[in-house]
Amino acid sequence: MTDVIVPKVAGGAYAPVHEEHGPTGLMKWITTTDHKVIGMSYMITAVALFYIAGLLALGIRVQLTTPHGTFISFQQYNELFTMHGSIMMYLFAGPFAFGGLANYIVPLQVGAPDMAFPRLNALSYWLYLGGSIMMLMGFGVAGGSADFGWVAYAPLSTSTYTPGLGEDLWIMALVLTGFSAIFTGVNLVATIFYLRAPGMTMFRMPIFTWNMLVTGILILIAFPVLTAALVMLFCDRHFGTKIYSVTGCHTTAGIVDVHACGSAVLWQNLFWFFGHPEVYILALPFFGIATEIFPVFSRKPVFGYKGMVFATMSIAALSTGVWAHHMFTTGTVLLPFFSLMSLLIAVPTGIKFFNWIGTMWRGQLVYTTPMLMSIGFLFAFLMGGVTGVMLASPPIDFFVHTTYFVVAHFHQVLFGTAVFAGFAGFYYWYPKMFGRMLNDRLGRVHFVLLFVGFWVTFIPQYVLGLHGMPRRVASYPTGLGWQSWNIASTIGAFMIAFSFVVLLVNVWVSWRYPVPAGDNPWDAHTLEWFTTSPPPHHNYTHLPQIRSERPTWDYNHPDAPTIRHGRSQGPPNGHGPYTGGDGGPPGHGNGSAGVARGVPAT
Amino acid sequence: MAVAGGLLLAGCNLPTFGETKPITSQGQDSIKLWQGFFIAGAVVFLFVFCLIAWASIRYRRRSHAIPRQTQYHTILEIFYTVIPIVGVLILFGFTFVTENNVDALPAPKVSVTVTAFQWGWRFHYAKQDVTVIGIELQDPEMVLPQGETVRISLRSHDVVHGFYVPAFDFSRYAQPGITNRFTLNLHTLGTYRGQCTQYCGLFHSLMRFRVRVVTPAQFATWLRTHRSGGTTSRASLTASAGGAVR
Ligand code: HEM
Ligand SMILES: [Cu+2]
Ligand SMILES: [Cu+2]
Repeated sequence: MTDVIVPKVAGGAYAPVHEEHGPTGLMKWITTTDHKVIGMSYMITAVALFYIAGLLALGIRVQLTTPHGTFISFQQYNELFTMHGSIMMYLFAGPFAFGGLANYIVPLQVGAPDMAFPRLNALSYWLYLGGSIMMLMGFGVAGGSADFGWVAYAPLSTSTYTPGLGEDLWIMALVLTGFSAIFTGVNLVATIFYLRAPGMTMFRMPIFTWNMLVTGILILIAFPVLTAALVMLFCDRHFGTKIYSVTGCHTTAGIVDVHACGSAVLWQNLFWFFGHPEVYILALPFFGIATEIFPVFSRKPVFGYKGMVFATMSIAALSTGVWAHHMFTTGTVLLPFFSLMSLLIAVPTGIKFFNWIGTMWRGQLVYTTPMLMSIGFLFAFLMGGVTGVMLASPPIDFFVHTTYFVVAHFHQVLFGTAVFAGFAGFYYWYPKMFGRMLNDRLGRVHFVLLFVGFWVTFIPQYVLGLHGMPRRVASYPTGLGWQSWNIASTIGAFMIAFSFVVLLVNVWVSWRYPVPAGDNPWDAHTLEWFTTSPPPHHNYTHLPQIRSERPTWDYNHPDAPTIRHGRSQGPPNGHGPYTGGDGGPPGHGNGSAGVARGVPAT
Repeated sequence: MAVAGGLLLAGCNLPTFGETKPITSQGQDSIKLWQGFFIAGAVVFLFVFCLIAWASIRYRRRSHAIPRQTQYHTILEIFYTVIPIVGVLILFGFTFVTENNVDALPAPKVSVTVTAFQWGWRFHYAKQDVTVIGIELQDPEMVLPQGETVRISLRSHDVVHGFYVPAFDFSRYAQPGITNRFTLNLHTLGTYRGQCTQYCGLFHSLMRFRVRVVTPAQFATWLRTHRSGGTTSRASLTASAGGAVR
């Protein structure tokens, strides 16, 4: 431990590496402001909630194996799909990505010692945990949990129609987790703008970090709108305001008179103004994960790096102008505008696809579990994307809207991202976080079961939707041939569930019989693989020179630099990776010994 | 090309790719668009699928040599930006035309006001003073004439509901404070299934109805016999509803 790099960080000096003081054990986890510990808490909580929501999904699927299922009552069914959707969307996918993985990985990828606001970061986690517990508490109160769907359409969500405590808990939980997301967004944006290590220019940032920057900005655009909408909903429920509520607004003819009254459709506009960016808040981080994994296991740089960045930005920009594609059948929105904007999102998404394929093209593909999961993500998202283009066309949406076709579509994209790409990231960074490998053979078993189960679950749902089966029904008519498709879907769901038992076994094996990972088991490209696994308290004792978006690769393979702009030869930016510094010995891999190496800063 | 080809082909006798066969002119327009999108989507899916599959199999690791570290190919990148833009604009053009046909509001011969409520439907033929109401958990029946221009005015008494008849290949929200109007030109006689599609509370699953398309003559007779308003449909408790409610 000789040379210590002191990055120039905004707002003061960088504390040099020191042994951690203060509490240990459980107290350490509670009082910590270390982004790595907070990130891990986030991930463990989010994955636990994913398992809970998955169990709820199994309940849904069991109920639907017979047309007049008697497994649960209508009321319970309505609670189950509401909580399944809400947990998956608000408490699992987002927090897993930006609270968990990004929290852990982004500071490492930009060479920062921590997040920009470590205490705010801790507050984010506690708000998230509190909100999650609050939402789950709904199951314990009289009247049951929220039962108005994850979108809580007004006026069903006003106190006239859903007066229960479960609904109030749901609203308050989302206000808490909403603030948690906003704080994390602030933290990510500030960290990426201000705490990058010397040499880490914007266009040398890994794509995962780029995507998290754009995600952070999207969070800051979208979540305050949700929070405000929820506060207004709460006022409608408890303080007699009439923002969405139409109670007591009926004319003598029994029709609702809007002029004296709240506007129910306002909720849909506000909700989806949050909700569509939200689906990209849930997608972009996972695109980022896949974009880290494809290059590493193809042993090539990411193809079309700049195109990838601009594609991410244009997806984000477009995503704020398409909310009304969820409202085509309300008859209150300008169809052509929202249709065109939605169709256009296919373009940057297509660019990403071709860039991913271009990254694999002429590579040397290594099929580890993260790579398999990422390819699973490609196939899933491909079909989800194609059916998404169909839904962007209003006349088509008119007949598949709120049927199982939509359920199949959004699971292909959300499951494709949050589960395939999400767990690709889990397998990929687990060695960095815990210093031990997951078993690759068990990983493959997990992947195969998951992949087959995924298609068996969701392809029948497309068919059911086209045959006219609405979503959110606890019972369906006999004689329409729907039962066999539903049984198929349920079988698939149990395969998925089983695949996640295999994951638990895998994690258990890695604790019981640890296989040390070393610093860089995958021969990866980005900065986080340069430090030890797990990284020390403030992440780095040394940094390599950062001359491209692949500092660790450049360090380990100085003779194989990125070839830019079709030029046949030439090291990055016209410099050899080590010509500028006083040069540590290049060319030896940074193995598991954790020996300090690299070059001191200028 | 695939897109345009798909949409042109759609004019011919193609299968509906799983979607219900339409019994209205509006539905037929939508289905043509669907066929075009389906074919275009299938072509794009297969193309990208094959690229991924080829790349994953062909470029499996064969040696430990480090492959060429290519990062950019500007011409190729421009190519796969521009082609999708053109494809999307073509899809949008067809969407725009179909949308205007489906949403057109020509002067109607018959008007029905449909009111959705928790958990049932009320069909009101104002001019003829006929009302059909489905009492909770009974499926009411909306009777409509074949071949005539029918205008539906849709609204809700309470929460948001969805008016959906698979055989129309069409749905629309019923919302409090908003009246949605749309046109149907029915071709085929028969009885069809309808259902609420927007989740509306406890018995959403059972909020069903039927549509019976009859000849104009039968329609006139039906109206005459049901005049005087407030007639409750003779709907029987369907076996399905009875069995499922607990
Ligand atoms: C673990 C495997 C999963 C299965 C078997 C599953 C199954 C289902 C089913 C059958 C429904 C429809 C319920 C209904 O409409 O009656 C549903 C709804 C939903 N699912 Fe999943 N799902 C899974 C994973 C996920 C994931 C990973 C996400 C998102 C990240 C997700 C998000 C949703 C949402 C948002 C809804 C809509 C809830 C609502 O209608 O309010 N699901 N799921
Ligand atoms: Cu959307
Ligand atoms: Cu309903």
